[in-house]
Amino acid sequence: MSIAPEERLAAAIAHLILDPSAPPARHVAVGAASPIPAAACLLAKGLGQHIRISNLHSTRGNPFTDGCRELFDLAGQGRIDLFFLGGGQIDGEANLNLIGTGEWPGSGGVRFPGSFGSAFLYMVVPRTILFREEHSRRVLVPRVDHVSAPGISPPGVFRRGTAQALVTGRCVFRFDGARFTLASTHPGESAETIRANTGFSYAEPASVPTTPDPTETELALLRGPVRDAMLETYPGFCRRVWEPELAGAAH
Amino acid sequence: MTPDNLAALVPDGASIAIPPDNSLPSAAVAHALIRRGARALRLIGVPVSGFTTDLLVGAGCVASVQTSAVSLGEAGPAPRFTRALAAGTVAVIDATCPAIHTMLQAAEKGVPFMPLRGIIGSDVLAHRPDWTVIDNPFAGGGDPIVLLPALQPDFAIFHAVCADRDGNVWVGRRRELATIAHAARRTLVTVERIVEDNLLEDERLAPGAISGAYIEAVAVAARGAWPIGLLDEYPADAAHVAEYAALARSDEGFRTYLARYVLAAARAAAAA
Repeated sequence: MSIAPEERLAAAIAHLILDPSAPPARHVAVGAASPIPAAACLLAKGLGQHIRISNLHSTRGNPFTDGCRELFDLAGQGRIDLFFLGGGQIDGEANLNLIGTGEWPGSGGVRFPGSFGSAFLYMVVPRTILFREEHSRRVLVPRVDHVSAPGISPPGVFRRGTAQALVTGRCVFRFDGARFTLASTHPGESAETIRANTGFSYAEPASVPTTPDPTETELALLRGPVRDAMLETYPGFCRRVWEPELAGAAH
Repeated sequence: MTPDNLAALVPDGASIAIPPDNSLPSAAVAHALIRRGARALRLIGVPVSGFTTDLLVGAGCVASVQTSAVSLGEAGPAPRFTRALAAGTVAVIDATCPAIHTMLQAAEKGVPFMPLRGIIGSDVLAHRPDWTVIDNPFAGGGDPIVLLPALQPDFAIFHAVCADRDGNVWVGRRRELATIAHAARRTLVTVERIVEDNLLEDERLAPGAISGAYIEAVAVAARGAWPIGLLDEYPADAAHVAEYAALARSDEGFRTYLARYVLAAARAAAAA
C-alpha cells in the first residue's frame, strides 16, 4: 500500500506536535471536521507522547460533561496546550479569515462558515497548528479580507501563543511569531511550486528539504490503532483513506 | 401539547436560542414554526447554527442570526442561509463561540455583563458595537479586556430525550441546554417520551436533567430531532441531510423539500 497524502500530512503534524522546542502538548483539543489533526494527535500518542486528546465531536464518551462552554473555560485557564485552526484565507502574519471575502460579513463575495471559537482560542492556547489542505493563492493571501483571529497581537494584549506552523497539502511553513519560513515541501513539490501557489511573502532557505515519509512504525500505527480509534467519529475519512475498496463498494 | 402548540406560543419577532446539530435542536418545533408562518425571528446559534436554522431561514421565518458559524457539517455550507445573506433578506451578527456562552452565562447569573479574554484584534469585535473593551481594573493598568453584555433570549427551544410528569427534562451531558434554559425568558421543549418517575429523584439521572422550574411547556415529538441525531437514542440521518443540502441549492428544490417533509406533516396531523 503506497503512502496516502492524508498519512503524510498526519505524520508531518505529529512531528510538529512532538517538536521538543515547542511548548509541551499535554492536553490537545480537536475540533469539528478535523480527521487529519485527530490522526496526528493519535499518532503522537502512539509514538509515546503522554497526551490527553479531547475530541469536541465524539458522540460516545465526549470528554466535556459541563456543556460546550467547558472547552473554552479550560482553554481560558491555559489548560488546553494545543489546538488546530484553519481558514478560508490565511495571510503572511498568520491572520485567519473564517468570515468571508468582500464586504462584511461576506456579502458580495464568498461567505465562509464563521469564526467559530478562533477569535478566542488562537489567543489563549499556547500553541496552534494551522492546517489547510488547499494551498493556493486563493487561500494563502497577502492580506486577509477580514480577521477572524489575529496571528500577532500588540504588546500588552493578553496572548499565550500563536501559530507554531502552517501545514498545507503542498508544504510545511514554520511561524516564528512574525513571519512564515518554508520548512519542507511534500514530494512532488518544490520551492518554485510553493512560490507559484502562495500569495503571501515568506522566508525561504537556500535549500528546502522534502517532508519526510512516515516511518514504518508510524504507518503501522496509522493503519492500526489510529484508524481503529477514529472509526466511530470519522467513518467517512477512515473508509476513504484506509479502505478505498470498501468506500467504492458503498457507492 | 404538540410541537404546533409550542410554535403558537412564539410570536413573530421573538429571539430564540437554538442549539446546533450536535446538541439537541428541535426540528419538530422548527417545522411547526414554518407551518404557522412565523416571521422576523431573531435566532441565536448556541454557539453555532446548523440544519434547523437553515430550514427556518429558507422558509422566510428569520430576520437575523447571531452565531459563531453556520454549517451543515459533513453536508457542507448552509445553502439557504448563504443565499439569504447574499440576497440581503437575512442579517448575520457574527460572534465567536465562547462569547455566545459568556453572554448567556451573564444572563443566567442576572449580571449585566461578563469579561472574556481573547477577541482583541479580531474584526468580529470591530463589528460588534454592543461589545466593549475596558482596562482590567484589578491589574493596575495596561491590560485591555473585552466586556460582553448579558444576552437574554425570549425563548430557548430544544429537543430532550424525555420529560417527567413534573416537567423536568433530561438532556444528558449537553449542559449548554441548561444554560439557555436558565438564561431565556421562556423555554419550550419537545421530548421523545414522558417517563413516570421524577428525574430529579434519581441520583444518576438528576445531573443530566433540567428542572421544570425553567420550562414553560413540553410536547411529545417522537424522533423530534430528525434528521439530526439524539445522543445514544438515534444517529443523525446523514443521507437525509445530504438530500436536503442538494435540494436546498435551488428555490424550487427547497419548496419541494418543504412540501415533502415539513408541510406534508401538517396535512397528516390534520387528517389524524
